[in-house]
Amino acid sequence: MRRVVITGQGTINALGHDVPTTLVAMREGKCGIGPLDLRDVDRLSVKIGAQVTGYVPEALFNRQQIALYDRFTQFTLIAAHQALDHSGLVFGGEAATRAGVVLGTAGGGVNTWDENYRTVYEEGKNRVHPFVVPKLMNNAAASHVSMEWNLKGPSFSVATACASSNHAMGLAFQLIRGGACDVMVTGGSEAMLSFGGVKAWEGLRVMSKDACRPFSANRNGMVQGEGAAVFVFEEYDHAKRRGAEILAEVVGFAMTSDAADIVMPSKQGAGRAISGALKDARLNPEDICYINAHGTGTAVNDKVECAAVADVFGHHADDLMVSSTKSMHGHLIGGTGAVELLACIMALRDGVIAPTIGYEEPDPECALDVVPNEAREAKVDAVLSNAFAFGGLNAVLALKAAP
Amino acid sequence: MSGDVSERIIKIIAEQAVLETSDVSPKKTLEDLGIDSLGLVEAIFAIEEEFDIQVPFNANEPDKSDFDISSVAAIVAAVEKLVAEQY
Repeated sequence: MRRVVITGQGTINALGHDVPTTLVAMREGKCGIGPLDLRDVDRLSVKIGAQVTGYVPEALFNRQQIALYDRFTQFTLIAAHQALDHSGLVFGGEAATRAGVVLGTAGGGVNTWDENYRTVYEEGKNRVHPFVVPKLMNNAAASHVSMEWNLKGPSFSVATACASSNHAMGLAFQLIRGGACDVMVTGGSEAMLSFGGVKAWEGLRVMSKDACRPFSANRNGMVQGEGAAVFVFEEYDHAKRRGAEILAEVVGFAMTSDAADIVMPSKQGAGRAISGALKDARLNPEDICYINAHGTGTAVNDKVECAAVADVFGHHADDLMVSSTKSMHGHLIGGTGAVELLACIMALRDGVIAPTIGYEEPDPECALDVVPNEAREAKVDAVLSNAFAFGGLNAVLALKAAP
Repeated sequence: MSGDVSERIIKIIAEQAVLETSDVSPKKTLEDLGIDSLGLVEAIFAIEEEFDIQVPFNANEPDKSDFDISSVAAIVAAVEKLVAEQY
């Protein structure tokens, strides 16, 4: 069977504009959440978020590019650049047709929608910029990556709310394993921190107004983040032949549907995705040392997720480390699984488990080792990354240390 | 005023629960009426729109909220308080 390894990674998020800075922040338990800086913030009741700060698009992109790149596409291209540079791959001839890109995003060009609705509704103008549609479409980021790096194989975008990135990376894994291609650029991006984006979330009343405290008894909701992470997935022999540095191996993936409720999670659906990923990876529950949790910091998610983990792992659940890095980088919605995969790779490569920060009070319904507040050193051979989306769509990845 | 607030809230809750207003008696809980968490959030939105008020309610900590949702009567009292505070 064809094996799949990771040979490049890149990111921009609230913790840093590249992978090394992000990983240092995760090790130090740094919080990327702060007061939102956006237009009309005074009309929002939720005024915090994990924004990408110190970012000047004009420093990286020219006028023509900015006319076509929504913020989520800009984040994608920045992260993809780092990942592809890291991998050392270039794509020409036959190799280009054997490489593709699959990226997750829930909202696509939310800022573009927002700005242009203002133009027509608030300002009453009857004309918008001609590139509004190619700028806001969900597949814009994937398409620009394909064009920038000449990737001519399977390329598309995946939108499954908070599980988008995990679904995208799982499909990338399956496409390589199944033989459809040799290299996939994958991950996800989100830039929903605009007035309209936050206002929509406010309506659901699941957002915290002060902090993201996953698994803590006094947690009171999620906090939105933004950014992207992009990886290069590559067939193992392909990577070995060219002497590539292997960061980790992707060994399993499972996706399930709760078929139950549009917002409430299900222990069974989550549990089936977790055990499905183990089975796909041919791993036993005892092989897993760390789980990067979905851990949104809402009352319901964290309770249900802990129950699902306890069900699948039995006694071993007590020996597992389960942390939610959303406490630091916020919930990147469709991009979140990608940024969280960075923490999984750090665990496997560097033996550092990123903490759940903001943890204040134990919750008997979340009685797992959530690696509270401080990073921990541990030798880790196999990990899982959970994502459970609104709509009951679950996607879990299994990774092992580089072979 | 009180009767009016109560009538308007019962109408909102009845619509949410797909019941007749006569079925929505003050002592009933939202659970009795078959209103789940999503229905509650929608009902609160309708109440905010109807009375032009801000209802302090976080679905993550319904018990900690100043806005008592333990029964229809409690919701009426809480809305009356919010409306009074506004004028």
